[in-house]
Amino acid sequence: MPKKYQVPVKAAPPRFKPIGKYTTIEFREDCAGSCRKCVKKGCIYNIFKDNYKHIALMEEPEYLYACQSCFRCVQECTRGIFSRVINPEYRSLGDDYWAADIIHRTWYQAHTGKIPVSGAGYRGPFVGEGFDSMWTDMSEIVRPTRDGIHGREYINTGIELTRRKSRLSFSKDGSPPSEIPAVFEIPLPVMLRQPEFGVLSENVLQAAVRAAYFLGTMFFIDPEYYSANLAQFADCLVPCLSKHNYIDFLERAPGIRMMELSYDNETCRIISGLRALKTGLIISAGVPLNSEAASKAVALAESGADTIHFYADSRGRETGSENPRFIKDMIREVHLSLVGKHIRNNVNLVFSGGIAMAEHVAKAIICGADGVTIDIPLLIALECRLCYLCRKGQACPVKIGNINPEWGKQRIINLVGAWRNQLIEVMGAMGIREARRLRGEVGRSMWFEDLERENFGPIFGERKISGLV
Amino acid sequence: MKKSKIKNRLPETRVTPSRFRNTIGKYTIRRNSRCVSCGLCAKLCPYGVHPRYDNFSKPLRPVEHKCIGFKCSENDFYCIDRCPEQALTLSFNPMLDTLGDYRWTDEMLIGHWEMAETGNLPVVDLEYNLGNSGGGFDKIRFKLTKAESCSGLADEDIDTSILLNKRADGRPEKTISIPCYGGGMSFGSTALNVIVGRARAAKRLNTLTCTGEGGYPEEFVPYADHVITQVATGLFGVREKTIQYAPVVEFKYAQGAKPGLGGHLLGDKVTPKVAAMRETVVGNALFSPFPFHSVYSVEDHKKHVDWVKEINPRVLVSVKVSTPSDVDMVAVGSYYAGAHIVHIDGSYGGTGAAPDIAKKNIAMPIEYAIPKVHKFLTDEGVRDKVCLIASGGIRNGMDVAKAIALGADGVVIGTADLVALECVRCGNCESGRGCARGIATTDSELGEMITEEWAENRIVNMYSAWRRQWCRILRRFGMKSIRELVGRSDLLVHLDYLEESERLKYQPAPNKKLVI
Repeated sequence: MPKKYQVPVKAAPPRFKPIGKYTTIEFREDCAGSCRKCVKKGCIYNIFKDNYKHIALMEEPEYLYACQSCFRCVQECTRGIFSRVINPEYRSLGDDYWAADIIHRTWYQAHTGKIPVSGAGYRGPFVGEGFDSMWTDMSEIVRPTRDGIHGREYINTGIELTRRKSRLSFSKDGSPPSEIPAVFEIPLPVMLRQPEFGVLSENVLQAAVRAAYFLGTMFFIDPEYYSANLAQFADCLVPCLSKHNYIDFLERAPGIRMMELSYDNETCRIISGLRALKTGLIISAGVPLNSEAASKAVALAESGADTIHFYADSRGRETGSENPRFIKDMIREVHLSLVGKHIRNNVNLVFSGGIAMAEHVAKAIICGADGVTIDIPLLIALECRLCYLCRKGQACPVKIGNINPEWGKQRIINLVGAWRNQLIEVMGAMGIREARRLRGEVGRSMWFEDLERENFGPIFGERKISGLV
Repeated sequence: MKKSKIKNRLPETRVTPSRFRNTIGKYTIRRNSRCVSCGLCAKLCPYGVHPRYDNFSKPLRPVEHKCIGFKCSENDFYCIDRCPEQALTLSFNPMLDTLGDYRWTDEMLIGHWEMAETGNLPVVDLEYNLGNSGGGFDKIRFKLTKAESCSGLADEDIDTSILLNKRADGRPEKTISIPCYGGGMSFGSTALNVIVGRARAAKRLNTLTCTGEGGYPEEFVPYADHVITQVATGLFGVREKTIQYAPVVEFKYAQGAKPGLGGHLLGDKVTPKVAAMRETVVGNALFSPFPFHSVYSVEDHKKHVDWVKEINPRVLVSVKVSTPSDVDMVAVGSYYAGAHIVHIDGSYGGTGAAPDIAKKNIAMPIEYAIPKVHKFLTDEGVRDKVCLIASGGIRNGMDVAKAIALGADGVVIGTADLVALECVRCGNCESGRGCARGIATTDSELGEMITEEWAENRIVNMYSAWRRQWCRILRRFGMKSIRELVGRSDLLVHLDYLEESERLKYQPAPNKKLVI
């Protein structure tokens, strides 16, 4: 049994005060002054400890990031001078896909490395678009993880990135094959990818690449950003190349273990050529996730690619379509088309775009992916607020460009560590001990449409509203 | 006849105001410095928004949560218009943006606080029956009825009791007076006064509450006839004696909020008293593993059940499981192994701390599981022999009625009990010293914020208000007993399954965009 893989997390506090959700408003003119029962002294989270400073300094009031919304100060103040509103900055944080809540929880995970835990039940909508219209199933009956997640039993989250032979072929005299292709595994189904925007300074890239190297996963990098400083981490780098520059790059950057070719109609031919030329090189094909994705996947799998990497847009939607489908449905389509051709096991599928939370990793794998790549969460881990000022050439409000790479590395490790622990939680509940076993295992999921039809159909008849709400 | 009448009546309610001096209401009233303290508003307001004492002439802060808001302007006692100095202003409380969530909305919380205070349904225009989640109970309505189908029975003549033992196996045919009992909250996770208060309320209401997995404190003994002993995987505090006390023993195989994961009590909450009760070390985190290491088959489960039945010949056995897609098979298996009560716990509820990923994503919402299990038990021909209890995301009185109409005999309530005790659902049950509002904490200071009596009264009040709602529904359908409602899903409609013209006749599902 391989050594137990664990991600060591360590608190990495934010450099800037994160945007808090709540703002406490004081009507100070109503304050009795020097009240002995002042609720500020009694706050159990001690959030008013430094509060006097900004008043003394006549600074703008801080938004109380630490406020846990218990309403004690509001309800106990003898003069009732407190009220609370939602921090207006929080309202404008993120968008409807990368919601403020997701950003907040990503910050928390990057800071602490802990998984988000709360009491008092679930508080979101009944069902939502995209990944929110499916649930993972746990099994009361089939339950192979006898020790649960806290026990001694090892839940393996590793996946492969190399092509697999379905069987060994022996020579005519019965001797075993001289060469058994090496298998390359990474210990978790999450890879990192260079974001498409953001202040991608040397420090930021160093942080992300070092984190990937430490975690034993891969980092998909734009070759223009490759520099000699990254050479020591070449093992974990996947340059995203095209047919024009791949030969040059492979000569320039020694030690590259895996590369990606962006798809065009010659890709299949180039891959076959490269296979013969560089036997040990793992070749991935980068393909836009559009209506032709499934047919391209079949062609690429037949041409000998190790991994196919599909790119959805940043909100997890099909590209180049007026009425785009969501990544979960696209994964199903690609996966099933390969299953239909009996070649799914030969190749690995990696999906990118719209993976915003740990649960998306598990759900993408259930839909049929081998692994996923994340880009925007890396920036958020480094305190990005998704304000997109950098796109307009304006200064970053949290000065991401100047981070200490070691701090950034720890933030990303914390985030990925927390995600992996959550993946283990759901896998434990599903009774699945191998991430590879989860791939395409829709039997461990429940879908909104099915649940409605099976359980509400017999009672209420036919659903008259299409869509979710 | 006389006897049953007494049985149908709930205990008296006692007005039990909030513990906090400033209450949170839907409306807010501000009194500016023009006020000359003439006292007119206090004389006018029949709802008691403007308190005034005989021997104290200064104006007091308005009791805002009692204010009925803008609709009061039709009345001749509308204080805003009548104030001779125009010193009063009325507005919506802007703070409500920060209160509540999709499932428990701000108005549902305030409505339940009001019920817990008065024992009546709120007079303020609050939507306390429907949440904002956009699915499940929030889209299910009871069918409209004609006025003549209303039976006109008084609340006292309507029976809301349910039978827990339908097996006719010689064990007590225990009934509880309301179709709800309390969910497990352990000593350790929740303040002692809260759980004892719940037990006292259960006694007054003639229903049950559950120990959770934290042992059986001495304080429960006077209410032993109304306390379920929970046997969970950690087996904390499970002893021969506590099995013998109990009218019902509950095997907890899984929890809806964290199915497949087991429990986790953080080290901070393991105080000396908690550690003594659980026979563990102070300050060490406690895991309840998942699953039962002695149960890997329905035969193993039967062994458990037999063991408990042997120790206590009068006990009923309940089996609590979560809602995976094979929940129907599990329910039938539990029945054949000898359970009296099959308790299914859906994924969206729960009071204890659980990973967010588990609460949202693992197992199905209870709205789907109830009809699934009900139908399977019916097809198997054993529905009449087993009491089906649902829980997990059942928030209010109408949810209870809908769950029963979908096929449950009764429900288990956890969160609503805590809301009655002024939980604001901030969700920080587990962090640091625990609940800031003195509910889910064993902190030496915070754990004493609530008295047993206050907790008891608030909970009794809330159920008394709910009972009025159930009686109203039963009257509308001409029923005399809530048992007639079980499985009557033909009386329900789901808005998404109605033609547009039909749909307009029903109250639309609230659809407010919240900042989460």
